[in-house]
Amino acid sequence: MIVVAFVSFSLFNFVGDPVNSMTGIDASYERQAEVREILGLNDPVYIQFSRFLGNVVQGDFGISYQLKREVSDLIAERMPATLELVFVSALLAIVIGVILGVYTGIHRDSFVSNVILVVSLAGVSLPTFIIGIMLIYLFSVILGVLPSFGRGEVVQLGFWATGFLTVSGLKALILPSVTLSLFQMTYVIRLVRAEMMEILQTDYIKFARARGIKKNAINYKHALKNGLIPVITITGINIGTLIAFSIITETVFQWPGMGLLFINAVYFVDIPIMSAYMIMVAFIFVMINFIVDITYYFIDPRIRLKEEAS
Amino acid sequence: MDERRLKSKIKNKMSLLKVKNLNISYPTRKETIVASKDVEFTLERGEILGIVGESGSGKSTIANAIINLIDPPGEITSGSIKIDNDELRDNEELIQEIRGKKIGFVFQDPQTSLNPLFKIKDQLIETIQTHLNLDYQDALKKSIQLLEEVGIDNAEKRIEDYPHQFSGGMRQRVVIALAISCEPDLIIADEPTTALDVSIQHQILELLKDLTKKRNLGVMIITHDMGVIAETTDKVIVMRHGLIVEQGDTKELLTNPKSNEARSLVISVPPTNKKIDRFKLISPDGKEITSDSKNLTKDIIKTWGARENTNQKLLELSGVTKIFDDKSLVSNFSFGSKNETAAKVVKAVDNVSFELFEGETLGLVGESGSGKSTIAKIITGLVRPTNGEIFYNNLSLYNSKRKYQIDKSRGQVQMIFQDPYSSLNPRFKVRDIISEPIRLFQKNISSSELTKNLYDLIDIVGMSRQSLDRYPHEFSGGQRQRISIARALATRPRLLICDEPTSALDVSIQAQVLNLLKDIQDELHLAMLFISHDLPVIRQMCNRIVVLKNGIVCETKESEELFNNPEHPYTQELIRLMPKIESII
Amino acid sequence: MLNKTFNKIYDTDIGYSFFNSKIAMISSAVLFIIFLCSIFAGVVSPYNPFDPASVSLMDAFTPPSWSEGGSPSFILGTDQQGRDMFSTIIYGSRISLIVGFASILFAMILGVFLGVTAGYIGGRYEIIVMRVTDVQLTIPSILMALLVNGIAKSVISQSMHSEMAIYVLIFAIGISEWPQFARVSRASTLVEKNKEYVSASRIIGLSNVLIMFKHILPNILRPLLVIATIGLALAIITESTLSFLGVGVPPTTPSLGTLIRFGNSFLFSGEWWITFFPAIFLIVLALSINLLGDWMRDALNPKLKIR
Repeated sequence: MIVVAFVSFSLFNFVGDPVNSMTGIDASYERQAEVREILGLNDPVYIQFSRFLGNVVQGDFGISYQLKREVSDLIAERMPATLELVFVSALLAIVIGVILGVYTGIHRDSFVSNVILVVSLAGVSLPTFIIGIMLIYLFSVILGVLPSFGRGEVVQLGFWATGFLTVSGLKALILPSVTLSLFQMTYVIRLVRAEMMEILQTDYIKFARARGIKKNAINYKHALKNGLIPVITITGINIGTLIAFSIITETVFQWPGMGLLFINAVYFVDIPIMSAYMIMVAFIFVMINFIVDITYYFIDPRIRLKEEAS
Repeated sequence: MDERRLKSKIKNKMSLLKVKNLNISYPTRKETIVASKDVEFTLERGEILGIVGESGSGKSTIANAIINLIDPPGEITSGSIKIDNDELRDNEELIQEIRGKKIGFVFQDPQTSLNPLFKIKDQLIETIQTHLNLDYQDALKKSIQLLEEVGIDNAEKRIEDYPHQFSGGMRQRVVIALAISCEPDLIIADEPTTALDVSIQHQILELLKDLTKKRNLGVMIITHDMGVIAETTDKVIVMRHGLIVEQGDTKELLTNPKSNEARSLVISVPPTNKKIDRFKLISPDGKEITSDSKNLTKDIIKTWGARENTNQKLLELSGVTKIFDDKSLVSNFSFGSKNETAAKVVKAVDNVSFELFEGETLGLVGESGSGKSTIAKIITGLVRPTNGEIFYNNLSLYNSKRKYQIDKSRGQVQMIFQDPYSSLNPRFKVRDIISEPIRLFQKNISSSELTKNLYDLIDIVGMSRQSLDRYPHEFSGGQRQRISIARALATRPRLLICDEPTSALDVSIQAQVLNLLKDIQDELHLAMLFISHDLPVIRQMCNRIVVLKNGIVCETKESEELFNNPEHPYTQELIRLMPKIESII
Repeated sequence: MLNKTFNKIYDTDIGYSFFNSKIAMISSAVLFIIFLCSIFAGVVSPYNPFDPASVSLMDAFTPPSWSEGGSPSFILGTDQQGRDMFSTIIYGSRISLIVGFASILFAMILGVFLGVTAGYIGGRYEIIVMRVTDVQLTIPSILMALLVNGIAKSVISQSMHSEMAIYVLIFAIGISEWPQFARVSRASTLVEKNKEYVSASRIIGLSNVLIMFKHILPNILRPLLVIATIGLALAIITESTLSFLGVGVPPTTPSLGTLIRFGNSFLFSGEWWITFFPAIFLIVLALSINLLGDWMRDALNPKLKIR
């Protein structure tokens, strides 16, 4: 985390001249000096860094160069949109992914399995933006049943603007979340399938069969439990990837989330937003990793009770 | 009443298991491998049948076939398998019913047989409830009883544990408990003790014999160990290349083997009660090979130059200790859990001292965890000792910073390893494998001289010169060990360390390789450090023996004296417990 | 003689698997054609679309030759500036492939080096390398590439942007992909390190460098090859995504992603072919690589039993 903060900070300071961007190149020399003083840019580096950290912890990320607004406000505004999108996509990807993965792992050679596999392959080969465009073309332009941009109507719950509670909100959610989840879903399917196939060839499964345990119990109880462990690790990385890919999806669908904000920031070299985004995202990643580690601990007894009498 | 009595009478007359004309094949894309051909035998209740044969003979396949668990693409092509006169073939329903209920199976590796994520309790109860009509409480009670029956103390508490919390031997007991949980009539055990130490092996085999008597079971044991056969089985079947070459009463067969294969097996087994000069071999046409030392190394001694044969002290270990501490970070997650997880500290080698003289063979014997392999690694610089001194030729091998001084022993200490499948780099041709050490020590060797060396070496180990241009995977286990020996000899070592060199080989191949080692040692006046857990082999190979337990030296003696007069209680136990083929003759 | 080599290859497990898998053969054939076209772009494509002299606005928005208004001289139609679609696609795929290959090569060299040394040497070095790998693995590659790209852009002065863009892009994508290679190399190295042939080499005093790169490396190539192939597909997709977002290759040397971006604005107004054909081409490219990689993974996996 500290590393990320430092990188953001250095960006902030050493890259380009923030004052120039903010006041415009034409501003007089005195004006620039004034701003510099206010921003504390004349202080030595370590003071600036600690101030930066202090600010960050309080949620103050500075002011956007381009949009001339408080970055923290911008983020707070955009975050619900992204988080809702990511949440729905994650749910879709994992639930459907696991179900299909288990199915294709158990019924290795059936026709249905092969169809699922081919389709999943498409999911990996199609860049997200192409999927988005295709879906828009199909459902919005040709069929006209789903909106091609925006979030629909939102309901304000405290500071959180949610699209879950309106029909148009939900409708607007469909295409982007499908687009976003497709890539991850196919990844999950292939992972679960590979795991299941490998597990079904282990000795303990063979031993279970030798004891006469029924096939269904073996497949859905023994094999599945073992197979889910890597899925948990993947989920952590999943959410991270989804947040990243949301940048693309939000661009295609003009979804007003953090991703769109970030892309524009990169385009306009709007450093405060970039650094703020990086810090936010890094924070979310670290949290997720931590949660995954803890979950792992509770699920795998080998880690929990490492008493081995050899 | 009469009908039932009649039925049970009939039952007692028919065999428990009757296999007839069993044919199993594995169709691969190149050819169809015949795993078993026209196999026929019977097994009665209260009887222990052993199936013995070298690797690839098809014994495991037969066992798997009975409950129809052959790994695909293998399949039974014809034949009949009857349990109490019920035909099993093509009757998937019946087989499903019988698995676990009438037939209990025990696999070889206790580490991988149990599902690591489920408690022992759950695995037992699940099995019981699948076949018997018991509610949870009754099933639980029965499970605890079973664990007690197989000799697990504190069963009520231990049933709540997970598999990894048991040691190897205990795990195998759990596996046996699972196998007998639904009151089967037949138990099939596929190499049940191969992965276990001698003392544990003995216990497990006694347990099986016990159960057979108590419950009137029929038991089929598959093994490659003749000692086990001698001590445990009533009847035995000898298999080779998928065919039954001989079968009959165990005592009969072992005292008087008729077929060549059986004779070869019996005769190659290292005797446990005396020392012989060389291991006996049977050639394929049935005659005993009495070859004398073949003067193998004449050529290479010419090339290398003769070496003086003194009998000086070559190697000395003094107070060597090695402590492994497991710096695992898992202990961070203790969270005050009920089981303590301190960083694991293992004292692999504890104050070990011994000497080795030129021309002699010193044996290091002990079970797993005795530290014998670690000692070998310390001598060759693969592992650093925590304490103590190692002297080669009176020079210390480790400097004050505990760094291995390889120049002190340059190429004079060599090693051959246990696993023939990982001791040769699969991507190198044999000639490159053997020439690498030569080129390392003789940087400017001409290519013709190199080739001469290669030819000499490959001749010594008894392999063809064409082998030089092939890859390791084209050779069998025994041949690969020979290549390893050639590689080891390439630097003209004075000390050859053999770390379980034949433990992975079939008994007749073992005899050949050990004879080779003996011959080479004689002619080159090599000192040998021979490491093994196999007492009969150690007896045959070594002049003196060091017995190790948990890293501590129990006893150091001349071999014959050790076997005739063991002093240390551990040594006495080891000797008592080792499976002896002579026990039955 | 050719017959003999063919038979020898067919005899190996991999060869057999290959010639029996229609998918593998078709994908490789497709890929082969695409490669050839890209290398010989000048010869294959009817026009050089980036030579201003050969392009005329008069030809703009010509639909594909089989639809109304199309012309046989522009098989797949032209874009908004009058450039022939077929040619732009060929040149575009060349860029995509170059960036894809170069970045994966970079990632592989970096990743394998770090992974093998980490696995073999162990100790604190290994812990540091693996931490970095783990941390970076949680950051998805797109984000990584975006970040590196963004940072590089702000560091390099405006004028150098176009020139350096491709190198920056290759570097960015390479940086985002190396952890995979490192992780797999390290895991495989750990396995090989414990094998006895390594011990044998250490006993005779073979130098560590030699052991790592002469003995261990050849034995870990198989899984690496699979990852490289699938990584290539991913790199190409990442590059096209970045170009689509406008932060990839400069518009003067457009890749398939850039082309799609150009055409996106015209998708809904009827000139669908400007986006459609580059998109299809990209999909076919990625799909072929993935199929090949998939087949390779199954063919090279010793654990999956032969059926």
